[in-house]
Order: sequence, then structure tokens, then C-alpha cells
Amino acid sequence: MTDQVAVRMSGIVKRFPGVVANDGVDLEIRAGEVHALLGENGAGKSTLSNILCGLYRADEGVVEVAGRQSEFSSPRDALNAGIGMVHQHFRLVPTFTVAENVVLGESDGSLFMNHDQVAARVQELSDRYALAVDPTARIWQLSVGEQQRVEILKVLYRGAKVLILDEPTAVLTPIEARSLFATLRAMGEEGRSVIFISHKLGEVMAVSDRVTVLRGGRTVGTVDTSETSTRDLASLMVGRSVDFDRVVRATPADTDTTVLRVEDVSVTDDRGRVSLHQISFTIGRGEIVGVAGVAGNGQRELAEVISGIRVPIAGRISVMDEELKLGKARAAISSGIAHVPEDRLHTGLAAGHSVEDNLALKNYRSVQISKFRLLKRRAIREQASTLVERYDVKTPDTVTPVRLLSGGNVQKVLLAREFSALPSVLIAASPTRGLDVGAIETVRERLVAAADEGVGVLLISEDLDEILSLADRILVMYEGRIVDDLPATGADRERIGLTMGGSNTTEAVK
Amino acid sequence: MRSPLRLERRLEQPKRLNWVIPLISLVAALILGAIVLWVTGKNPFEVYQRIFERGFAGRRVFSDSLVSATPLAFTGLCAAVAFRMGLINVGGEGQLYMGSLAATWVGITFDNIPTGLMIVLMAVAGMSCGGLYAGIVGLLRARFGTNEIITSLMMNYLAAILLTYLVYNSFSYWRDPVSGNFPSPRAITQRAEWNTFAIFEIGLPIAFLMAIAMGFIIWFIYKRTRFGFEVGVIADSPKAARYAGIRTSSTIVLVMGLSGAMAGLGGAADVGNFRRYMDPKGLELSGYGYTGIVVAALARLNPIASVFVALLMGGLNNAGYSLRGPDFPSGLVGTLQGLILFSAVAGEILIKYRVKSNSRPSEAVAA
Repeated sequence: MTDQVAVRMSGIVKRFPGVVANDGVDLEIRAGEVHALLGENGAGKSTLSNILCGLYRADEGVVEVAGRQSEFSSPRDALNAGIGMVHQHFRLVPTFTVAENVVLGESDGSLFMNHDQVAARVQELSDRYALAVDPTARIWQLSVGEQQRVEILKVLYRGAKVLILDEPTAVLTPIEARSLFATLRAMGEEGRSVIFISHKLGEVMAVSDRVTVLRGGRTVGTVDTSETSTRDLASLMVGRSVDFDRVVRATPADTDTTVLRVEDVSVTDDRGRVSLHQISFTIGRGEIVGVAGVAGNGQRELAEVISGIRVPIAGRISVMDEELKLGKARAAISSGIAHVPEDRLHTGLAAGHSVEDNLALKNYRSVQISKFRLLKRRAIREQASTLVERYDVKTPDTVTPVRLLSGGNVQKVLLAREFSALPSVLIAASPTRGLDVGAIETVRERLVAAADEGVGVLLISEDLDEILSLADRILVMYEGRIVDDLPATGADRERIGLTMGGSNTTEAVK
Repeated sequence: MRSPLRLERRLEQPKRLNWVIPLISLVAALILGAIVLWVTGKNPFEVYQRIFERGFAGRRVFSDSLVSATPLAFTGLCAAVAFRMGLINVGGEGQLYMGSLAATWVGITFDNIPTGLMIVLMAVAGMSCGGLYAGIVGLLRARFGTNEIITSLMMNYLAAILLTYLVYNSFSYWRDPVSGNFPSPRAITQRAEWNTFAIFEIGLPIAFLMAIAMGFIIWFIYKRTRFGFEVGVIADSPKAARYAGIRTSSTIVLVMGLSGAMAGLGGAADVGNFRRYMDPKGLELSGYGYTGIVVAALARLNPIASVFVALLMGGLNNAGYSLRGPDFPSGLVGTLQGLILFSAVAGEILIKYRVKSNSRPSEAVAA
């Protein structure tokens, strides 16, 4: 590692409608270093790296590559400047060979491809960096780890000097991850720089030379890995001693009455990997249970299995002591489980449908709304006007499609429907993400009001402050397991930060 | 390279676009057709005038066009019903064949029941058979995720081969027993012939009235019933449907069944109101199922509009038949219908997007 700067990004600002993803971020990458970019989801890591690799353009700020100011209008521009990105979701053609995928999109002007030459070059690269993969194999035959190596080879083949890896270990087994780390170090020794995006503290400590921590779209600091500890990184990542007000509850939780009981539930994700390992917990009447954790550690599957969208491979769930028919959304709805999903516009709502139709999305089968299988349009409209008024939804009329509403109003429509069903359990997944301050306040008030009325709330959020200020109890999830269960009053955010990042609890408590 | 124009998604789709754009599409298709005619040395105006005269002008030709339009109205409904849920059923052709098969069986077998009952029986038989045939496609899609475009298309060939076999290559129930060495299809009994009403000296087939009724019924189903609500949500967002506890699989099968029933009723109508027997060759030549897709596309999947667009296509078909000759290219009507389909699909883009000029300045490329 030298002190020569390969990439310098300064004052990067990137705004998306309603959110500032990067708010004056500085990042400096030296030649030959493995530089970790650490932060919670939504901290701005992906936006920053997408700017660097040419997918987005910064609204403000300067990118310098090897000392020269650069602006990329496409990933190809970035690659020409020596910057390549390995995305979390692979971009490979399954029926093509490794070599074919490596040269895909790379045109040297000739019509034909010299297979042998490409294969030889790919082989050479794969030997040099210990990226074991057969250049003639077809992608569909390869494991996920091998496919990732192909993605890395693709970038190396194009001569990238700076490689960005977006959460590369998320898809890997521990052994594959270890071999990836060896590869990254080999690249560093050759003078290439690696930007390693992660939120797992252990990995960051194991593989990086330096770490830049982002929080809330800003750079919190850059430290030498050898001079820091998991503990320090954790507190940098989640922020420390920001004073927050615990919400004062009108009616305290009644933990003697259980409204939701989850027992030994195991679930596989869309790729068939086990993503929840025998999860068990209960929620009391009027209790808000916060689920803390970095996204992708099983929270989505947890919400889905309780609301009946996902079929578990094992376990039992009961609502008000009545066992729930699992994997049936209709059963979950009728037994009083309300669900505010993360993906509001496409899961929680039918975006192209009107406000009134969306407000009837879950009770259109009820006698108030339909009779003899015919819809009572007038009842639908009346229900909508009542709810729009009660929940203060800003919409021109009830027939406006919800996709035309602002983010805050979209969420209000969703909450109006879910709360008005008078549920006994409410699952709220990132209910305030992407909303403006005013809307966040409203949503939080509604959640607390629901709990005061006796609803058991499962609040899944990556915003630790939110959980700390709203929840009565906190569950910390890591890799599909509940690794910690603690009361929210007086909770130690460092301990939560550490357990979220995968450090074990006992060490953290010490 | 960047194209000078770019498409930008419309936030709001003004209601009037729903009929303005299809009209523009139609005109655009006629203009494109005129270019084709002009290039091949014909006078487009003269040709279009003759098409109009032979397809739409006058009571006689209009009566004939109503007859040609009837099966198209049903296949148009067939396509509209399925496309509305995003199910691309291109099997209207085969489903119509199966409807024809069932209705003909009824029409031959029950020779002493009143015509009214006969019409009902034939219609129900046609709908059931077409519906079941399409239901197979729906079942495959719902159960195994099989692509319905491919299965429904393949089943068209299957149905065509079955009908040909029954009439020409076997001594089946559908073959005229007295036809001997020159096989021909067996006609339904006299009583099984469907009524045609005379209104202002225009022959209005009862089947066309059924098509109008079906158009309204389907419109009602999709607008006012729980089932229609569920279909709409599935079409808009399958994830939201699953989240709301809507049973997607059974809805797919039902929608395919309903879609196939429409085509099957078209098959029954073709036998009852027009051909009087199951005619594999005639049906294949007509290609009602495929033209039905054009009908639905131009009607923007509106079931009521589909029936009336079918009238336009029926008239075009009719004019094509009666004008066929040395100075009128036989492929012309098909070409026009193809152009109408393309224009309708292109129009669909204009409804969803607006065209903007691309005036972003060229960017500095990084060193």
C-alpha cells in the first residue's frame, strides 16, 4: 500500500425525490488498499458507489481519479477510467460460458470472438488472483460463489484499477468468503484498490486496510483498521449519544396477555436458503416490539411469514391463543394481523388502483363492501371518504390512483386501511423510511396510538433511533436468528450495534 | 448514440386518449396501407372506396358484415377477457374450434327440441367446451408457471388437427355419412339453425345480439364484482394480490376459462347462425381467433368496444371476400388488419408515454 491516491470523492451530494442519499460525502481511496465502506442500510453506501461506477451522476461534488477530475455518464466511462463494480445482484447470462460473459459488451471492433484467446486470458487472471473458475463452464452450472468470481473477472478483464464490491459476502458461504478475502488482498498487493461495501463489522476488521463510515448520507470518519476496534466501528456506524425522547405511553403494555406467539419458525428465502432459524418470541397486548438489524438478516421473511405471504418450513404461529393457518394471507388477515410492508407501493398497495379501491383491498370480501359477490361501489366510496378524512390523506379525490400521491400520503392510505381493520397484531416494516419529517411524526404517533389501544406491534426498522424511542422491547436479528432480546429502556446502543454487526452478545456485554 | 426523441411516462392518462388514440391508430393504418397500395400501382382512394361500398354501405352488405363480425366479436371478447389480467391467450382460434365441435354435436344429436332451447343448448355446449379447452392452459400456467402464449398457441394446432381428422380422416359423428369418398362435414338439423331478425331490412343474427350482451356482462363482471376486483389487482400488482389474500392460481384458471368460453360461444354462433356444420377448412381460412386479437387491441381491451370494433373488421373481411379478383390483391385485407394491429399497439405506447425531444447536452467523457 502506498499513499498515492487512486480515487478522491469530495462533497458528493445526490438527491432523490424526497430523500438526500448523499449529503456531502468525502471518500479517499489509496492505490493498493482494501478500503471498507461501512454503514447501515440507507446510509448512502450504494448511492456513493453507484456514482463512482457511473450509474448515477452526483448533483454536487467532485470525483477525481488518479488526480484528474472526472465525470462519468455511464459505467463504460467509469471502466475506461479504470473503475469497475461488482454488483450484489449478478448481471450474467446463464446460458453463456464464463469466457463469453467476461467479454460480453466488450467490443474490440471485430465481428467474431476469439474464444481460445479470451479463455486463455481469463484463465490467466483466475490463476493470478486465485479466482478458481473454468472459463468454458456455463454460468447456470456454477455456484453463487463461482458466479461472483466471474463478475470479478469481468471487471479485471477490462483492466479495472479500482474495484467496488457491493456487499460481496451476502451471498457467500464462510469458506467462500475467506477465499474472496485472499483474492482481495492479492489485488491490493498488485496495486489495485478495492472498495469493500459491508455492514458486517467482523469482515471489515478482517479484510480492510482502512474504513470509511457513513451515516445518514454523510461521512462520519475514516480510520485505519489497525487502530480501531469492532466496538468503535459499531458506535461510529449507529451513532452515539444522540439524545432521543422515549415516547410516553398513555397505556403501558400488558405483557401478561399474549397477542402474538411465534414458535420455532423456520423459513427459506426465494433462493431456497434457510433465512429464519427457529425463531420464537411473543408480543404482549399493547406492546411495541422493535426488530433491529441490518436489512437482509431475515426481517423481511419474518414479516412475510407472520402475514401469511410466505410458507414456513417449520413452526407455529398463534394470534390471541388461536393457532394460525400458515402461509395463507387470507387466514392471517381474518385473524387480525395487519401488515404495513416495506414495499408500500407494489406490495401493500396496487399502485395503479384508486385510493378507494386500495382502501378496500383487504375488506372487499366483507358484508359492508360486497353482497352476493357484487361490489357496493357506494360503500367503497363512503368508506374511502371517511378514512381519507380521518387519516388526513392529501388526495384530490378518492378515485385518484395511489401512484400519483406523495410518499407520505401513500403511507397514510396504507396505514388507514391497516389500522381501520382493528387488528390485534400489526407488523410495520420500515414504516417511516423515505418519508419527510412531518410524515414520520404522524406515522410514529399512529403506531403508538394503536399500541395504546391494545394492538401488539412488531416494528421492523433499520433506524435504531426509531426503535429506541418507540419500542418497549428490542429483538436484534442477525443472519436469521434473534441474537439478542432486551428491554428498550436503558438499552445500550453500542451493544445493539455490535450484535447487529454479528459480534456475539457476551463479548459485547463485557 | 442517442435518439433525438425519448419517451416519458405520463403521470396521468387523460380519459379522452382512450378513444382518440385508437382512432388515430386506425387512420395511421389506413395511411400506411395507402402507401403500400400506391407503391404497388393502385389508386388507394379507389380501393378504399370499394372496400367501404362492399363492407359497410347498404343494407345487404351490412347484413353480411354483421354475420362475419359475430365470431370476431366473440374472439375479440376472448382476447380482451384474458389480456385484461395480463394473460396472453392467443388460443382463441382453437377454443373456437372446440366450441364449434361441441355445438355441432348438440345440433346433430337433438333433432326434436324447440329452436329456442336448441340455441341455449348449443351456446352452453360451445362455451363449456371452449372454456375447458382454455382452462387446460390456465391450469398449466397456474400450477407449473407454463407460458400461456406457447401452450395456447400449440393447442390451436391441436384443435385444427382434431377437427380435420374428425371430418376428413375418420368416419366420425361429425362427418356426413352419405358423403362417401368425398368427405364433407355433417350438417346440424333444420331446427338447430339460429334466428336472424330483420330490423329495417337489415339481417341481425341472434348471435350478434348475444355478443353485445356478453360485452356488457363482461364489462359488468370486471367493473362490479369481487371477481373482477381481484382480476384487476392481480393485473396491477401480483405482489399486492398475494398480500391481500387473493387466490391468484384459481383466478388464472377462471379467467382463462371465461376467455375460452367466449371463443367457444363464437364457434357455436358460427355453426348456428352461419355455416350449419363444423367446417375445419372454412374455420382455418377465416382465422377468427387471430383477428380477435386485433379486435381486442384496437378496442383497448374494452369488452363493449370489442363488439363494435369486430363490426369494422367483419366489414373489412367481407369486402375482401367479395372484391377478390385480378385487380384486388387477396392479401390486402390481411395486410390492412396487420397494419391496424401494429398501429393499435403503437398507439398503446402513446397512451402510456408522451414523446419528448431529447435535448440533454452531450456529456464530457472521463479521461
